[in-house]
Amino acid sequence: MSAEETHGSAEVAARVERRWATIAVIIIVMMALLAAFAGIHRATMPQPRVETIDPSRLHLSGEFVESNLGSVLEANGNVTVRAIGQQYSFTPACILVPNDTPITLRATSADVVHGILIQGTNVNTMLVPGYISEQPMRFAKAGDYLMPCQEFCSFGHEGMWGKVKVIDKTEFAGRAKGGGRLSCVGQ
Amino acid sequence: MLVNRKLILAHFWLAFAVFGIALALGAWQMFIRSPIGIWLSNPELYYRSLTAHGTVMGYVFPTLVAMGFGYAISESALQQRLVGVRWAWAGFWLIVAGSVMAVIPIALGRASVLYTFYPPLIGNVFYYVGVVLVVVGSWIWVALMSVNLRVWRKANPGAPVPLAMFANVAGSYLWAWTAVGAALELLLQIIPVAAGLKSTIDAGLARVFFSWTLHAIVYFWLMPTYIAYYTIVPRAIGGRVYSDSMARISFILFLVVAMPIGMHHTFADPQVGAGFKFIHSAFTALVALPTLLTVFTICASVEIAARLRGGRGMFGWIRALPWDNPMMLALAFSFVMLGFGGAGGLINMSYQLDASIHNTQWITGHFHLIFGGAIVIMYFAIAYDLWPHLTGRELIDLRLIRTQLWLWFVGMIVTTFPWHWVGILGMPRRMAYFDFGDPAIAPQALSVTLSAIGGFILLASGIMFIVILARGMRAPQADAGPYQFALAVHQPATVPVALNTHGLWVALMIALTLTNYGYPILTLALSEGTSVPAVYVGAQ
Ligand SMILES: [Cu+2]
Repeated sequence: MSAEETHGSAEVAARVERRWATIAVIIIVMMALLAAFAGIHRATMPQPRVETIDPSRLHLSGEFVESNLGSVLEANGNVTVRAIGQQYSFTPACILVPNDTPITLRATSADVVHGILIQGTNVNTMLVPGYISEQPMRFAKAGDYLMPCQEFCSFGHEGMWGKVKVIDKTEFAGRAKGGGRLSCVGQ
Repeated sequence: MLVNRKLILAHFWLAFAVFGIALALGAWQMFIRSPIGIWLSNPELYYRSLTAHGTVMGYVFPTLVAMGFGYAISESALQQRLVGVRWAWAGFWLIVAGSVMAVIPIALGRASVLYTFYPPLIGNVFYYVGVVLVVVGSWIWVALMSVNLRVWRKANPGAPVPLAMFANVAGSYLWAWTAVGAALELLLQIIPVAAGLKSTIDAGLARVFFSWTLHAIVYFWLMPTYIAYYTIVPRAIGGRVYSDSMARISFILFLVVAMPIGMHHTFADPQVGAGFKFIHSAFTALVALPTLLTVFTICASVEIAARLRGGRGMFGWIRALPWDNPMMLALAFSFVMLGFGGAGGLINMSYQLDASIHNTQWITGHFHLIFGGAIVIMYFAIAYDLWPHLTGRELIDLRLIRTQLWLWFVGMIVTTFPWHWVGILGMPRRMAYFDFGDPAIAPQALSVTLSAIGGFILLASGIMFIVILARGMRAPQADAGPYQFALAVHQPATVPVALNTHGLWVALMIALTLTNYGYPILTLALSEGTSVPAVYVGAQ
């Protein structure tokens, strides 16, 4: 190869390389834009606030005392579900919710790190002791869903399977009339 | 010029021995959690085994490979005897001591916290101290790589640092800095609690510290693989590196952007606000860039080899590649797995898509495809390539080597594809067994069984690999000549300072980490009342 040819091929190589780098950058910018669009337009952003709570006092007072766990129909028609994860179960073990209704899940852990995952949905959050997890959910259809703990929480982890029962919203409204906390434990 | 062959061989042999053990444990785990092995279910043994598998595969095995390969690169690329051989042996023995110290409590069931530690679950203190010793041992290697490069620079002022060494040192700096996250978590948080000096721990903060390590560590595992792509493969198949500067840019990009993105592991965590999650998600997109550049440069380098061998046409050259060359085979398999694994990674990177697969078996599938697949298959290739130079004997089992690589590839696909599938169905990870009698879980039984079969294919491949290397130690002597790295099409006579030194990039890496982690860590560390009681493993 003459010196001139070497020089020419180096230029070609550099040009091709630059083109590829440009394409790569465009791909990445597009991906980031798509993610931003989905996040802003569809309002699917992570939990914005960091809330803390003392796990050793959960059972004594405050939002997560036993009598306050389960589902409640709020005045505006939305539903709030409160739940606790502990080795090796969820309380309540079966969550009862209406279909076609905006639901807020508020949950925390009483001991180690657990996770809540509702199979067949995008509901998926970590329960870290000391912090409250908040997750919006909405179920289109009535039905039963499995809700395993998705984070290793020691030797009994594989036995930590909760349930979610989604019922028709009018039936739920009927049951919620008394204003109490609902769950489907034992049903 | 490989003088300290014993040192390098010691690292590789220890790496592959612990790899073999961890591989057997992995196959056993997949067997007992599948419907075919259900009668053996014992969660306690399962999580012990899982902790050992993860600790070895995550920390000990790749670190030893990077170190052994790093010493080999330092001697052969710089053409200079390794400086600090005694220190290198000290680092090696620290890793041996640390591994033994960690494995005893694991075997006794006193440290079943898996390799990501999971506070406030706390295991035996010796487990954590053992892991720290492994890291300290590897930091000696980091320092030695830096010292050796410095000595060489002094002797060759202004000369371009050989690409392999440039990348090797970048990888060592990446490791030094990424290990700091877990080191802080261990030293400031976990070890005081494990030693009984404290009884509470901030689990949220620990998860943030760990995410600092957990993502970039993957790029540390990846470094030897990428070094092999650029500096071994083109030479082994008779080609040239398409672009020396593109290679340097890729390694620099890994150094800078692999670090400040780990919080995408905490998308579903309550202790990190939305803002930093978004920033880390966007930065994660950036880290795809060096891989895209690499795929291009390596494909182009391979094409050069094919055309030199008479390959013609738009795609016809692919047929002209030396497909019977193990290095070519390993590269092709590695790229296919990197492609699938990378596509999965892009899904994990997005907060919206991640929600559907977070902490499911999908994640296990994803990182086994990337690490166990794309990365480890190149570790095999590196060992095969280096072995004749380390032993002074020829590796003659080419057919066996090809079979081994094929088995690994097939085994990885059979293992990980079903995992991705059940992950989409919402199967959680790290389960000792499943109740396949439950009608909602029963349909996943087939996928779990397939994965278990894949696990045994992988085990068979792993055993073959070790046998091939062991036989290579006793083969007839043959001089393999000096160990050489691939040349670039346009081998640079000079390289801009920015592409020949690491200082600027290390500074950028540290600055970006501090901006992306500083605020969340500070706010968590300063907030009151977020520490929770430790839960000791095995305590009644
Ligand atoms: Cu749990």
